[in-house]
Amino acid sequence: MTHRIIFVFRRLSFTVYAGILALSPNEAFAGGLAGSQIQWPSWQDLLRVITFQDYNTRVVIVGATLLGLAAGLVGTFLLLRKRALLSDAISHATLPGIVLAFIVMSMILGNGKNLLGLIAGAAVFSVLGTASVIIIQKYTRLKEDAALGIVLSVYFGFGIALMGLATRMETGNAAGLSSFIYGKTASMLFFDAMLIAVTALGTIIFCILFFKEFALLCFDENYAAAQGWPVTRLDFLMMGLVVAVTVIGLQAVGLILVVALLIIPAAAARFWTFRLRHMLWLSGVFGALSGMLGSGISALMANLPAGAVIVLTASAIFLFSMTFGSARGIMKLVIERFKLRKRILRENLLRDLYEWYETAHTASSDGSITIESHIRGPSIDDISTRRSWSSKQLLRTIRSLRASKYLNVDDDNRLLFTDHGMQAAKDIIRKHRLWEAYLISHADVATGTVDLSADRIEHVLDEEIIRKLEGLLPGIHPKELPKSLHTLNTSGGAV
Amino acid sequence: MEWTFLDTWIVVVGMLGAMSCALLGNYLVLRRMSMMGDAISHAVLPGLAIAFLVSGSRESLPMLIGAILIGVLTTFFIHGIDRLSGLDRGASMGVVFTTLFALGLILIRQAADHVDLDPGCVLYGAIELTPLDTYLWFDWEIPQAALTNGAMLLINLIFVLLFYKELKITSFDPALATTIGINANVMQYILMTLVAATTIAAFESVGSILVIAMLIVPGAAAHLLTDRLGLMLLISLVFAAVSALVGHIGAITIPKWFGFEDTSTAGMMAFMAGVLFGGVLLFAPRYGLISRLLHQLLLGIKIVRDDILGFLYRYQELASADAKPVQVSQVREALKAGFSVDLSLWDLARKNMVKRVEDRLTLTSNGAATGRNLIRSHRLWETYLCNKMGYCDADMHRHAHQLEHYTDTKLQTELDQITGNPKFDPHQRRIPEP
Repeated sequence: MTHRIIFVFRRLSFTVYAGILALSPNEAFAGGLAGSQIQWPSWQDLLRVITFQDYNTRVVIVGATLLGLAAGLVGTFLLLRKRALLSDAISHATLPGIVLAFIVMSMILGNGKNLLGLIAGAAVFSVLGTASVIIIQKYTRLKEDAALGIVLSVYFGFGIALMGLATRMETGNAAGLSSFIYGKTASMLFFDAMLIAVTALGTIIFCILFFKEFALLCFDENYAAAQGWPVTRLDFLMMGLVVAVTVIGLQAVGLILVVALLIIPAAAARFWTFRLRHMLWLSGVFGALSGMLGSGISALMANLPAGAVIVLTASAIFLFSMTFGSARGIMKLVIERFKLRKRILRENLLRDLYEWYETAHTASSDGSITIESHIRGPSIDDISTRRSWSSKQLLRTIRSLRASKYLNVDDDNRLLFTDHGMQAAKDIIRKHRLWEAYLISHADVATGTVDLSADRIEHVLDEEIIRKLEGLLPGIHPKELPKSLHTLNTSGGAV
Repeated sequence: MEWTFLDTWIVVVGMLGAMSCALLGNYLVLRRMSMMGDAISHAVLPGLAIAFLVSGSRESLPMLIGAILIGVLTTFFIHGIDRLSGLDRGASMGVVFTTLFALGLILIRQAADHVDLDPGCVLYGAIELTPLDTYLWFDWEIPQAALTNGAMLLINLIFVLLFYKELKITSFDPALATTIGINANVMQYILMTLVAATTIAAFESVGSILVIAMLIVPGAAAHLLTDRLGLMLLISLVFAAVSALVGHIGAITIPKWFGFEDTSTAGMMAFMAGVLFGGVLLFAPRYGLISRLLHQLLLGIKIVRDDILGFLYRYQELASADAKPVQVSQVREALKAGFSVDLSLWDLARKNMVKRVEDRLTLTSNGAATGRNLIRSHRLWETYLCNKMGYCDADMHRHAHQLEHYTDTKLQTELDQITGNPKFDPHQRRIPEP
């Protein structure tokens, strides 16, 4: 029993840092949901934050905004080089550097809290960490993911072990060190903000100066090397910028979440554009916006840790961009698919109708048909049997074609082409049959099966391919509408 | 160092947690999904927090369910973003796990508002305190954490043994697995579910940082040591157990050297795993850095050795019968090398291929035979390159010079047949008979 008591005392100093979840959780969570309340800000508070009246808030918001901007810019390149998670390994690897710097400074100077010293330690270890990743990846059979995971966990574990020592030091006061892990945006000082501002400025300048080189590196490294660019040195510069932003961002958002500032704005920007230049600026703006809104919100609500709120703001922007992005957003993909589907239905109906007329009439010598006045058009039922139309689909498509004046429906509910519609039908028929002819003559596809494959491709053949097909198929006159190469479906034939 | 039964329990808990992680970690390493372990162990935080908030207590079951749900959701989100957005896997992971972690931080802060709680402490765990929370089992006081982690290890072992074949094939060749009717996706989701469960079981006691280290490092080290999956699993388990033991010993002894009491056991366990990995990285017999370096060095020496023999043979061929033997300095000059020549000459003398009298070198009959064989390969290659491939310029010699080192008797005979058993090479030099 005595052993246990001694033990408890020996380890007691840990309870502050270690696994508080395991300790007295019942008190902590006894309240359940009731115990958790967000304190909504009053109007005065809101006004004060928005108008930057508070000196501290001003510093914090400006700092977080600039940090977001810098991270957004650099993150773009990081993302395009497919190295997003490298920043995670880098940021975790800084911990032993920070703590070592703290211990050394405490021993020599008696005060370990010199920000520049801590940052220098972080920078040294982030470079070491990056080098370790590269060595493991290059000289062993392990792949990038394992290299990142090993470096991240081992360096961080080392950092935690060192932290255990630092907390036991009599000099120094190590309590503030954990702010590097979870971030402490709210207590940002003027000096911190200045440091961030200088880094952000440097990052912007480098991104502008080396835009072309970085872009080349992102898209075709080998080509850049072949063109004589100093690829390795440029890569070092790029990674140097990443390290700088990571290290500067540690204090603000913490080393676990700083990776989010690098990745998320860039990933969000990618949904809006295909151009790197636009993506770069958009990513910077998203980053800045996250920093500004996130730190603003957390300044208003005392209970919310700023680093986490900044990240969640960025995530919200990401979610919005992923849904509504104008270049790659999900909505856009869905709409495009919907449009294509509608076009396919319309073209299918035009072709079915035309083929109905073809089987009902003898075509004239140039392959086109003329509709004689005494022939009545097909009923809707006639058409619906030609293809597995569902009646709802068919009616909707007919409505759509009527709206664009391709079809008329007469009093007997029979379908008639307009001139306009006849031309469109001829176009699509021509595409279909050219492709069939091509498949038969050049791809040795059996005549009986060409209809199906041509059916799929006719909708996406553009003018250029049509011209090429005409060149490949010399038997077919450019103006001519070829006859069908197989027996047409006559179900629902003319009366 | 005073070792108490508490230290023993700490090590046992650490070992059980580390081994249950390491076992699944092998498959993450092989599937190149190591960072999934990292992502999941960060992302379970909101799962925990929500479980706390909903149940209002720290019962294990709701926590486990919350964590597993979030773990599976994380996998699902990452795949979804991966597929829908065209971002690479790493970026999708980064987006998902940081978002969830941030959410978790906020939730925990809300929940634990009125207690002095540092929310992210989850990171280092409380392995030092696990022996205090015991459970009475047939007169034995067993720490709760040992039971949890032991049970998890058992579940993982059963899973791996039952699905050994399926896991193997889906890890190495998912496409083949699909063609023979094993659903690779289902296996992946089961694996990820177990990773999440293991993470949460271990994470409560040993902290998430140790979980990540133990998921990845033992498997990676084992991967450098063997090519056989069964052996790899075994090695990783041993590696994990040793890291845990050495880690705890390190945590209570190493700080003493610097005048401190002790330090974080979980951190030290992760660090020791890294140190052991560093050892494997350097000294692994086949894939280690040193063995690779040695291999390259030996190959280099072999090539210099061949070149010396070839040079001596050519010299003998051209020189008149009464000419003086070659000087070492001439060889150095011809090969444009210094130290490696000395090393190779020492090796040649040892193998009784070259006789050295003062600074002059002569081939022994043994050495002459090897040299002749080499020159034969060289000149046959030249003939082949010129006659059959049309390389008759300076490149011909350069290529032949490289190829001669890798030509065995069988290849030599084939070259001889293809080129029609020639007597002279394109430079009109005689091709020596074998």
